[in-house]
This record gives sequence, structure tokens and C-alpha cells, in this order.
Amino acid sequence: MNYTGAISGIVFGLVFGFILENAGFGSGCKLTAQLRFKDWAVFKVMFTAILVAAGGLYVLQGFGLVAMDRLFVPSVLFWGTLLGGMLVGVGMAVGSYCPGTSIVALFSGKIDASVFLLGIGIGTLAFGGAYDSIKGWVYKQTGPDSLTLPQLLHMPAWAVWMLLFGVLVAVGYLTRGPSESAPKAMPLVDRQAV
Amino acid sequence: MQAAFQRHSRPLWNPYVAGIAMGIALLLAFVATGHGLGVTGATTSLTAVVAGSVAPSAIEHNHYLGSYLQNGLDSWIVWEVIGIAVGALAASLIGRRFRLEFDGPTEAKRGTRIALALVGGAASGFGARMAMGCTSGMGLSGSSTLAAAGFLFLIGFFVAGIAFGKVTKGLWA
Repeated sequence: MNYTGAISGIVFGLVFGFILENAGFGSGCKLTAQLRFKDWAVFKVMFTAILVAAGGLYVLQGFGLVAMDRLFVPSVLFWGTLLGGMLVGVGMAVGSYCPGTSIVALFSGKIDASVFLLGIGIGTLAFGGAYDSIKGWVYKQTGPDSLTLPQLLHMPAWAVWMLLFGVLVAVGYLTRGPSESAPKAMPLVDRQAV
Repeated sequence: MQAAFQRHSRPLWNPYVAGIAMGIALLLAFVATGHGLGVTGATTSLTAVVAGSVAPSAIEHNHYLGSYLQNGLDSWIVWEVIGIAVGALAASLIGRRFRLEFDGPTEAKRGTRIALALVGGAASGFGARMAMGCTSGMGLSGSSTLAAAGFLFLIGFFVAGIAFGKVTKGLWA
């Protein structure tokens, strides 16, 4: 299937934005609380989503409903991928958001998110300016095209999935219970008022 | 009593429930389009188009942004980001969480918050182009295909985020 038109984009975006906001990802306070280990929602939401999507793709592929070679699987550009990820992490610690969550935040009323988005534009222009002098090492591919964890670790995909599931269960168990920052970031219903 | 209730936001979704919903949405996106959900493809297109209207020849001749300018804004990812904005607006209104306010470090002055948001955004924008994707397009969507690149991105993201989270700790209550 190849539904890549405007309607498809709007529908998937609507669903994604709706879920992100309901997860609390429109709050810079909640997002950065993860980096200080005060709130584990970012990790739990992302890891659960990755496991559901990866498991689903594996099952659908088994039934021949999805051809893995027709999916976009990014290749490792070691320095670009690692340093890029680090800069996005620094951006969240310093500026409270990442690109997607800054859009969610802006459209739930957070004014500072518009400044963050302006910053993204400046960073993008800076990359465009630096591109010719850094592309050699930044976009240098490491390993084969579309290298996957199962290939890298020489393990079957289901075993990698189980390993990741184990990580989620362990982290989930260790961080169970209400998070410290949740009531402050997003006040719950005041029982007394009801 | 009803009026008092109205003023409060509804609780957020349980993180595992939100994660399962997000995973299903991602899976359907892969089945329907062949790729996951991203964001910075759209911010890069918008940057190229806006900068291109100010300095057309500089952007046209730029080896990175030139093709984004040429392709314009009519792409799946731009429509998807418009959807994200509307979806987030709907969710915050339904959840009574929409508030026009200045978020960001609670202990910092407004001027400092603006400067931090700008610097953080610039780091994020530059980094997302280096990695060819952001937390959504590379971290979430890449990792869903079990791509090593997706996990490498997430490791860098959390390690640097946590390290700089320690540096900026004093700015938060």
C-alpha cells in the first residue's frame, strides 16, 4: 500500500498529535522531568510504542502482509546519528522540547514553544550553511544499508524484541507508582471541589 | 460544583495506554505509507521556503536546502505536521489543558527562558538534520523497524539529555 497523499498525512498527524498531547508531551515541565528521572512517562510511552509497532511489523511480515524491504529502515551514519541524537537531547534539556513536542506544546498554548520552533529554523539554516564542509564525516555510512539490531547482534528479531520487552518491564517495575512531577506539571481533578 | 470541576484539567492518559495507542498508529502508518511518523522533514521544508522567499538565490544554490526549496510544502510530512498541530489542539481543548502560558524552566526569568528555548531549538534543529530525523522520525519510527540507527539516536538523545539535564537542574523547582 502506498497512501502518501495529503489526506493520509493529515489523518496520521491528527492521531499522533492527539496521542502526544494526551500523554502529557505538550508540557516542557513533564518532558524535562524525564531527564532528571522525576517522571518516567517519556521513556515508558516511547518504549511501549516501539515494542507495539515492532511486534506488529514482525507479525504482519510473518503473514506476508508487510514486505520489510518496502519499509524505510534508516542506515547508521555513525557520527551523524549519534551526535545528532545528542544535540536533540541537549536541545530538550536546555529548551524543554524536541521538534515534535514543541509543535504539540505550541498548540496547547505554550508560548515558549514558538521560540523553540524559531530556534529549529535557525539550526536548520546553520546546518545548510555548514553542510558542504561537514557532510563528508557526518553522512558517512557505517555498516550495510538499513542495518538492524537483529543483524548487528546476530540474534533473531523475536529475541531482540523479548530483550527490549525485558528492559521495559524492568524499568517499569523499578519506577512504578505515581511520578513525582505529574501533579505539578498537570494538576489532577481537585476532589474537594467536586 | 460543576463549575469548579470545569476549571480543572482532565488527567493524562496512563503512559502504557498512550504508548500502545502510539504504537498502533505507528504500525498503521508503516503499513499505509511504508514509513513512520516524523517532524523535521516538515520544519526543514518550511525553513527552506521561508528563507527562500527572503534570499532566493542563496537557498536555491545551497546544496542541502536547495532541494527542499524546490520540492516546496506539498508533501506528506508537511500535511502530517499540520495534522499533529490540529490533533494536539483538539486534545488539549477536550482535556481542558489548553492554557496560554509561558512553560519552560520554572526558576528562570522570562528573558532567560526565551534565550534557552532559542538555543535549545537551534541545537535540536541542527542535530535533527545531522541524524536525518528527530525523536519521532529517527528515535521512534527508526527503532520500530529495529534499525540500529534508531537505537543509536536514542542512546545519544538520553545520554546527552541526562548530562545536560544535570547542568540545567537548578533552573527547575
